[in-house]
Amino acid sequence: MNSSKPPRNAPVLAVERLSIDISHGTGSAQRVVDDLSFNLQAGRTLCIAGESGSGKSLSSLAIMGLLPKVAQLPSGAILYQDRDLLGLPDRQMSRLRGRDIAMIFQEPMTSLNPLMSVGKQLEETIRRHKLDEGGGATRRAREILEAVRMPHVEKRLRQYPHELSGGMRQRVMIAMAMVCRPKVLIADEPTTALDVTIQAQILELMRELQQELGTALLMITHDMGVVAEMADDVVVMNRGVVEEQAGARELFSAPRSDYTRKLLAAVPRLGTAPELASQAQRPRVLEVGDLNVRFPVQRQSPFAKATEVHAVEGVSFALGAGETLGLVGESGCGKSTTGKAMMNMLAYSGSVKLDGRELNGLKGGALKAIRREIQMIFQDPFAALNQRKTVGELIGEPLLVHGLADSAGRRRRVAELLEQVGLSAAAAARYPHQFSGGQRQRICIARALSLEPRVIIADEPVSALDVSVQAQVLALMKSLQDRLGLSYLFISHDMAVVEQVCHRVAVMYCGQIVEIGSCQQVLHNPQHPYTRRLLSAVPMPDVDHKRDFRALLQASEVPDPIKPRGHQPPPLEYLEPQAGHFVARTEEGSLSLY
Amino acid sequence: MNLLMALLKRKSVAASLLFILIVVVAAVFAPWLAPHDPTRQFFDGLTLEGAPLPPNADFYFGTDLLGRDLLSRIIYGARTSLIIGVVSNGIAVIIGTLVGVTAGFVRGWTGSILMRLTDLMMSFPALLLAIALAAILRPSLWIVALVIAMVNWVQIARVIYSETISIAAKDFVAVERTIGASSLRILFSHLLPHLLPTILVWATLGISTTVLLEATLSFLGVGVQPPMPSWGNIIFESQTYFTSAMWLVLFPGIAIVALSLSFNLVGDALRDELDPTLKGRL
Repeated sequence: MNSSKPPRNAPVLAVERLSIDISHGTGSAQRVVDDLSFNLQAGRTLCIAGESGSGKSLSSLAIMGLLPKVAQLPSGAILYQDRDLLGLPDRQMSRLRGRDIAMIFQEPMTSLNPLMSVGKQLEETIRRHKLDEGGGATRRAREILEAVRMPHVEKRLRQYPHELSGGMRQRVMIAMAMVCRPKVLIADEPTTALDVTIQAQILELMRELQQELGTALLMITHDMGVVAEMADDVVVMNRGVVEEQAGARELFSAPRSDYTRKLLAAVPRLGTAPELASQAQRPRVLEVGDLNVRFPVQRQSPFAKATEVHAVEGVSFALGAGETLGLVGESGCGKSTTGKAMMNMLAYSGSVKLDGRELNGLKGGALKAIRREIQMIFQDPFAALNQRKTVGELIGEPLLVHGLADSAGRRRRVAELLEQVGLSAAAAARYPHQFSGGQRQRICIARALSLEPRVIIADEPVSALDVSVQAQVLALMKSLQDRLGLSYLFISHDMAVVEQVCHRVAVMYCGQIVEIGSCQQVLHNPQHPYTRRLLSAVPMPDVDHKRDFRALLQASEVPDPIKPRGHQPPPLEYLEPQAGHFVARTEEGSLSLY
Repeated sequence: MNLLMALLKRKSVAASLLFILIVVVAAVFAPWLAPHDPTRQFFDGLTLEGAPLPPNADFYFGTDLLGRDLLSRIIYGARTSLIIGVVSNGIAVIIGTLVGVTAGFVRGWTGSILMRLTDLMMSFPALLLAIALAAILRPSLWIVALVIAMVNWVQIARVIYSETISIAAKDFVAVERTIGASSLRILFSHLLPHLLPTILVWATLGISTTVLLEATLSFLGVGVQPPMPSWGNIIFESQTYFTSAMWLVLFPGIAIVALSLSFNLVGDALRDELDPTLKGRL
């Protein structure tokens, strides 16, 4: 694919010494982008990579002329066809927007009008830019949807955004952006909200469209894997400053700046994690047997049959003492629901046993007592902490609720816990909003630890964090496990992270476990077609191994999880190709499990 | 005490607190402060043609249509307005919060029944309901306060209900459950502090609405009974003379606006001071 890239020539768009300040009201201003220069060339892809707060998104908004009001442009120029876009009046800018320079955002649902059908929205764009009128517009809308490999185009044209899946919505967004055949396409984290297999589809689609149309692509992303898959040139930004600017191959093989090196080192790479010493015979702490969770669906009419969503279907596994079991799968596969059911946060059937004690059906005092043994960490540490309480109150609260210590004892224990998670004891007097994302997750961990639990269910504990912070939090979790003998159920969508921390892995698909075994067995010798599909979609931070995602572009139909009430699907049959490695039996090549 | 000092640092809030204090003092010590008897009709309180007197040395705020001293009536009227504004609005806020929080937190049947009841109350025109209630129960100051509370709690319940639902769905409430905290603890220690801004805003906004509703009821004859003065009924008695004797509307009008503005400013400041994420900002 690289061979067909056009050579470097005159840039389509040139950003020269761009600086952006954010004003804080009374005269004071903060520089958020400092002296950024780059060239975009036809048919080539430039990635701006960086962690949150690096100024990468603001730079792209500046090109579109969509900066927020508080942002000031003290200096620089953005040259497009010999015109400086920064000096362009709004009228002319809005004529360029969409026609010459188009943009795709992270969240396709919020970027589409929920009250307009897909076809109408596309036609509107076509008419606004005077590409075509009447029937011609409809025809063009159909053509562009076909160009983005949308299955069932006629049906999609009549559908509304909420009727489409996330990946399909992003395809519509790309179709809308590409309909005018813009010279420049800016994609701001276009795949961050999507599952890996869908991400692979979208990346592949963007590569193919770029080749067909010769668009200059500017991609903003935090994911070095995506950078390696897509970029010809890379700009690495950190706190508004350009840390490094190089060709993709150069950057990945010989990074020059310390920051880039640190960033690349922190990225977990699938297939590189050292195998964790797996003690074969661990005493079992937690046993889950035939766990089912079903949610009733509101009936469409009083005569309709009662239906249920089968969120979790016959899930069984065991967790050993001091072990980490990874539960991986894409969104909607039921992995979080499994975790919540185990915490008794929703009703389920089946059994969850802690040391042989049945947890299903526990209420009141007995349930409260079990909370001391099994705790949970959530994905978003900011949402999980009550902002109106001090950190000391929050970490001490479990002790208060369980009557385990008086106020002096609590203060001592809070200080101890804070130090255990790598924060100073002085943090107790401060409020959650005064900490960074990684520190907040440490606070959540300290809180979960305060009751000295033996099992922690961690639901995507590092997904909301930047990679460098992510590595620190994972290291902390590991060292706590070694010291305290904790068992983790590690729920995640990120295969590379799972490989780093887990002893064993279970892969979930449509509410069922399709493959479970040691990390080595499942991730390096996957047997189930779904596991293989999932692994093949993970982008790698390695320019020499660009993946070919074309096979994934054919979207597979996910089976409908809504069944009539009382429906009992046949239980999965498991094969055991190796000791401890169980794989669900499937019909040849088919992913359908029901 | 720290809170009070922090509040007083803001000039607008200090002025508001001062004004509220003046009104409270006026209400409590009305018999000593008022220059005249508020219900006495002075012979020299009207011109020879029978028109009210503009402000002068004898009557600082002028006289009303019946030749009564306007300043004294406004001082006595502060009692009515404060009782209506604070007591009846307070009752409305308490009922509304209780209903809203319970319905939003418990959900299910209890929640549905409470909210349908609220909707039912809402579907009656507030004024008609107040007139009906006031007509059945013989009007007196306290009955009027109660009637106004009965009419006003519904909006608050609605707002608090939806607010509660959105806060109860947040992760930190789920975390509280996982550490074994009881529902009461979650309610008082975690939900109510987040509802406080909304409650404060409604409580302070409600003061002006209730004072005006009382004025309306008085005008219709089912509110505070004459000759007892209230800021509302002073305005309504004299509104037709606005062009010829504008002081009659101006002074009580200023009093109502200033009082509700003061409560609003204090409420806003309280909300900001009680929110740790906003501390130190303006």
